[in-house]
Parts: sequence; C-alpha cells; structure tokens
Amino acid sequence: MDIKLQQVSYAYSKGTPFEKYALHDVELSIASGTYEAIIGHTGSGKSTILQHFNGLLKPSSGTVHIGDRVVEAGKKAKELKPIRQKVGIVFQFPEHQLFEETVLKDIMFGPMNFGVSEKDAEKRARELITLVGLPDNILEKSPFDLSGGQMRRVAIAGVLAMEPEVIVLDEPTAGLDPRGQKEIMDLFYTLHKEKGLTTILVTHSMEDAARYADRIAIMHEGKCVLTGEPRALFADSATLAKYRLEPPRVVRFQHKVEQMIGKKLSKVCLIEEELAEELGQAIREGRAEQ
Amino acid sequence: MMEKMIFGRYIPGNSFVHQLDPRSKLIFVFAFIIIVFLANNIVTYAILLAFTLFVILMSRIRLYFLVNGLKPVIFLMAFTFILHILMNKEGAVLLDLGFMKIHEEGLKQGIFISMRFLVLVFITSILTLTTSPISITDGLETLLNPLKKIKLPVHELALMMSISLRFIPTLMDETDKIMKAQMARGSDLSAGPLKDRLKAVVPLLVPLFVSAFKRAEDLATAMEVRGYRGGEGRTRYRQLKWDIKDTMSLVLLLAVAATLWLLRN
Repeated sequence: MDIKLQQVSYAYSKGTPFEKYALHDVELSIASGTYEAIIGHTGSGKSTILQHFNGLLKPSSGTVHIGDRVVEAGKKAKELKPIRQKVGIVFQFPEHQLFEETVLKDIMFGPMNFGVSEKDAEKRARELITLVGLPDNILEKSPFDLSGGQMRRVAIAGVLAMEPEVIVLDEPTAGLDPRGQKEIMDLFYTLHKEKGLTTILVTHSMEDAARYADRIAIMHEGKCVLTGEPRALFADSATLAKYRLEPPRVVRFQHKVEQMIGKKLSKVCLIEEELAEELGQAIREGRAEQ
Repeated sequence: MMEKMIFGRYIPGNSFVHQLDPRSKLIFVFAFIIIVFLANNIVTYAILLAFTLFVILMSRIRLYFLVNGLKPVIFLMAFTFILHILMNKEGAVLLDLGFMKIHEEGLKQGIFISMRFLVLVFITSILTLTTSPISITDGLETLLNPLKKIKLPVHELALMMSISLRFIPTLMDETDKIMKAQMARGSDLSAGPLKDRLKAVVPLLVPLFVSAFKRAEDLATAMEVRGYRGGEGRTRYRQLKWDIKDTMSLVLLLAVAATLWLLRN
C-alpha cells in the first residue's frame, strides 16, 4: 500500500493564539514494500508526520493518500478505521498502551476491534508471542508483572496481531538494552523481508537507518528536506551537518581510514561487515601493488 | 482535542494585574464573589459590569481567552436564563406567544443571573490567567498560615495543590498519547452506541492510572532524595511582597462594594 503526502502542513492548536506549525508543505511518498527511514533531530516533526500515516491527525492543509483512501484538509474523513487496520503504528514506549488482565487478551484487543473472531485472534496471539521472542506461558500473565523489555515485545505483538500491510515504528528500541535493540530491529527486518511488510522507521539512530532502510527521508524544522538512498545520503557529511545530523559511525570511521591511508574506498559502507570486507579488499590490493 | 483547552492557563505578562501580589488577588477574588450578590438592580449590575471591564482592561488579557473560559459554563448560563423566563410570572407581560408568556421580571432576573455568571467567570479567569499556578499556591499557603494553629496541614495542602496543578498538562499529554495508541489499535471512542463507548474508556483509563501512580512514586522518591521533609523550617526562594498597589486594589474593591451597598434596592 503506497502512502503519499502532498503539500501537507499541520498546525497544533489551530485557530488559537497558541497555534504552532509542526509541518510545512511536506512532500513524501513511500512505495509499497519499501523500508523507509525518517530521520531528523528532536522537534523536526517526525512524530507529527507519522500520525498522518493512518489518519490519527488530519493535515491542516494538503492531502494524504493512504492506498486508495484520501485524507484531505478541511474535508470530513469518514470511516478511517479500515485504514488503521492496514497501517499499524508502534508508538514510542508502546508498553504504555497495555491495559488488559492478561497478555493474551491485550494482544487480541487490536484484531478483535477490527472484527477478527476470538478464535482467530487467539491463534494469532499464540503465534506472535513466539515470534517476538517470549515464552508461551507469558500469555496468561498480567502485562504489568513483566519487565520493561517484555512489555515492549507484548505491545509490538499487539500491533502485529492486526496484520497490517504497513507498519510504522516510532523509535521502537528507545530505552532497551543493546541486545534487545538488535533483536527487535532484526525482527522487523525479517518481517519486512519475508512478508513484504512496508516498514516506516522513525529514528534518531543513523546506524539503524543505514543498516536497514532502502530509502531515507530527512526531516528538518517541519520540512522533508531530502530523500534518497542511504549510500548517497550518508556520503555527503556536509549536507547532513546542515540538518544537524551526522553520518553513522561506520561511515565516519571509513572517512578517517581514508584520510589515513590517503585513498578512497570503492563505495561508502553502511554497516560494519561491509566496511571490513572493503578494507580487506583495499589491503589486498595494496599488497599486490607493492 | 486536549490542546484546545485554554481555561485555567497562565498567560505571562507585565500588566498592573500581573504585578499584584497573589495574596491580594486571592482576597480580591474571594471578596468579589461575595460582592457580586450585592447587586440587585439595573444600576448596580451596570456598575458591576463596568468594574469587571475595567479589571479586564487593566490585565491586558485578550478577550479571546476570557470568552474561551466561558465555554464550560455557557450551557449553565443559558439554562438558568431560560428557566427564569419560563418560571417567573411577575411584572407586566412583555410578549404573549399564546402557549407561554414572557414577563418583565422573568426577563430581568434572567439577564441579571447570566450577568452574575459572566462577571464571576471573567474575574476568576483573570486570576488564573495572570497568576502562575506556583504563585497562587504560594499566596494561598501564606493566607492560610494562621490555620496552622488549629493543626491544619497548610503546607502539605499547598504542596498537594501545586503538584496537581503541575501534573495537569502532563496527564493531558499522556491521555492524548494513549488515546492515539488505542485508536491506532482500532479502539473507537467517538462512535457507536453508548455501551461500546463506555467500554472503550477502559483501555484509556487503565494505562493512565498505571502511569499516574508510577509518576507519583518517582516524584516521591525524587523529593526524598533531595532531602524534602515537609514544611517545618523551610525557607522560600520566592518572597511575596505586599505593595502599595495591592492595598490600592483592595481599597478600590471596597469602594465598589460600598457604592453597590448604597445603590441597591
């Protein structure tokens, strides 16, 4: 399902003296099946933009196309519920949304709101709990007895249980330990690869954006200032600095190495493994030349 | 939805009213609430209204905020107005609609009562709009200080008040966030039969309570860590200062009260 934003502006407290624009004429289109990262520093409008992806916020001006549905400024949008089933959002600290008596019931909450039968919803919950890396017996526990990391996984399972076609992730790993972070990110990447789930990752982490995303959009002061492939985007540190961002650690390391050896590697490497290989290649070439 | 709430919000400024000591403003408002009931004819209500407009002018608060403050009571105002018109059968008949008659006294009382609401809402709004919540609680604490003699925990009450005021915006943000998260999971708060809508409140309230309790616990820990141990012997950073302006404003109010007393029926 494609998502397309055309000239979208959004103002908080519109029509009051506290009116404040969070988005200005944002143009962004996300094709079905891509893994898109939206990056930008704090206050750039990332969290506002993601609420437009399933009609939680309506643009103050402009239009949002979600699949074949159009949400337009000034017009009453009827029946946004079907959109919400197709576009799942994992909010920041999603564990704050847990409320049911048991983990099982909480995971079933989403799908049952969209008319899935109790039996099917339970089946989904049982499958998902393993997928998010939790033991079966946790289903009967109260979500409030779990650790923070476990609650996060349950909340993620609760969104996945709706079987959305697009999943929007807002800093899904904030506050998790490094291993938990990697497990969660790998889980979403696997889902993206195996089920073709369109994934939109809103993040501060350049490393995550570099490792997982097909395309990156940079937000700055409420505008979408730059979109493109990670390799091209991260090669240009000067432009990134303008938007108060810096390339991922790997790229910075590569720049340093290139300065030291006085030679450019054949491409900008986005992940450690890639850089290691490139460096090995460069060293072998260096030896051959001698 | 939440972001539109303006009632009870503090608007920083530097007007005469802003500069007043919170104690004098509190006394002013409490006295005013009583004084409002002195008015009982056209002249006295006109004076009351003129005085209210004068205070608004002095506060340099835009009328927009005051009108917004009216919104929660507008229904009550309309209701009492209509009730008076329908029920009061005194005085000459002004309008005969056949099924009902509008009497002079009814119309008059209706207008008076609505006016009473209007000036009360305006004056109390001005207090909250021109005084930061912290100053209000500071002022209240000092005003209530004599009650410590009868073992009333004044400091603790004031602290409770400032903490609750402090957390209103936080909880509103929180509500908004959780509401959105549940809406994203297909929960529908604004449609469907009442029974379903009531049921949809549970996914909102449970997380809200959980986080409120967590916040309260964190706050208690943070206070204890910083050595808080109640009001005994506690000094203040912000000192309240009673100025000539404060005396002046109370004298003015007294003058208005005296005028109303003389001119009322």
